[in-house]
Amino acid sequence: MKKVIVLISLGILGFYLIDIFLGIGFGVQHFTAGVKDLYLSNSKDTLKVSNVVTAIVVNFRGFDTLGEVTVLFLASTALGGILYKKRHHVGERSVLFPASRVVMSGAKLLFPSIVLLGAYVFIHGHLSPGGGFQGGTIIATGFLLMLLTYRNYSVSHNRLVYFESLAGILFVSIGLVGYFSKGSFLENVLPVGNMNELFSGGVIGIIYIAVGFKVAAELTGIIYTVLHEKD
Amino acid sequence: MIYIILTLTLLLLMIASAVYAIWQKDLLYAVIASGILSLFLSIVFLILQAPDVALTEAAIGVALTTIIFIIAIRNTVRFEDEHDKKKVKTTTK
Repeated sequence: MKKVIVLISLGILGFYLIDIFLGIGFGVQHFTAGVKDLYLSNSKDTLKVSNVVTAIVVNFRGFDTLGEVTVLFLASTALGGILYKKRHHVGERSVLFPASRVVMSGAKLLFPSIVLLGAYVFIHGHLSPGGGFQGGTIIATGFLLMLLTYRNYSVSHNRLVYFESLAGILFVSIGLVGYFSKGSFLENVLPVGNMNELFSGGVIGIIYIAVGFKVAAELTGIIYTVLHEKD
Repeated sequence: MIYIILTLTLLLLMIASAVYAIWQKDLLYAVIASGILSLFLSIVFLILQAPDVALTEAAIGVALTTIIFIIAIRNTVRFEDEHDKKKVKTTTK
C-alpha cells in the first residue's frame, strides 16, 4: 500500500516536472521579450548607474539581496552556535606550518592594501565590477592572512557582531524609509546625481557599503570560529 | 580567434587540475589543485565578460574555500588512506 502511494506521488511529480521542462522550450529565443530592455533603459536613464548588474542586484531586485544576506547571516550564526566556545583566555593557536620571518613581514605589509582594495571594490560597486559581497570577501581574506600568519592575532568577536548587526539594521531601515516615503520597499529616496560619479545612484552606494561590512564581519567570524575549533 | 584558443587552453588546464585533484592521494596537494582550477575558472569568466562573477570566484573559490579545506585537513588527516589504515589497525587489534 505504501509503495503504491509512493509510486503514484512520484508519478504525479514526474508528470509535472516533464510538463515544466517541455514548457521551457529549449533552443527558442527568449531574450527578445521580457524585462531586459526595461532594466537597461531604467538603470541608464532614471537611476544613472553604469554597472547594470549592480542596479539589478541592489535596486530592482533588492529584496532578493536582503534574502541572500539573511541566508549568510543564518549560516554564520548556526556555525557560531555549534562551534563557538566562550574562552576567558585566547592563547596561541596550533598551526600546520609556523610562519617564517619573511611571511610575517609580508603579511603585515599586505594587510592594509588588501583591506583598502576590498573597501574600494564595495564603495565603487555602482561604477566598476564588484560590490558588497566581493569587497567583503576580499576584506575577510585579509583578516584570514593575518590569522594564519600570527599565532596570537585575534579579532574581537563582540565587535564583529556589532558591525554585522549595525549593517543589517542600516540595510533594512533604508528599505523601510523607501517604503514609507515612496510606497515600495527599497525604493530609491536619494537624488541620483550624474552618471559615472562617486555620489550617484541614490541608495545603491549606501546599501553596498552596508552589505560589504556585513559580509566581511560574517566571513571573518566564520574563519575565526573554525580556526579556533579543536585547540 | 586568439580568445577561442585561450579559452580552450584554460578549459584543458581546468580539466587537468581537476583530474590531478582526484588522482592525488596527498589531500593538501589536491586542495591546492582545486584552488588552481578556480583561478583558471575566474580567468574564463573574465574572458566571457562577467567581471563581477570573476571577482567572486577569485575571492571565494581561490582563497576562502581552499583555506577552509586546509583547516579541515589540519584538524583531521593529511593522506587519503591514512584514516582507513587506522581503522584496519584498530579492528585487527
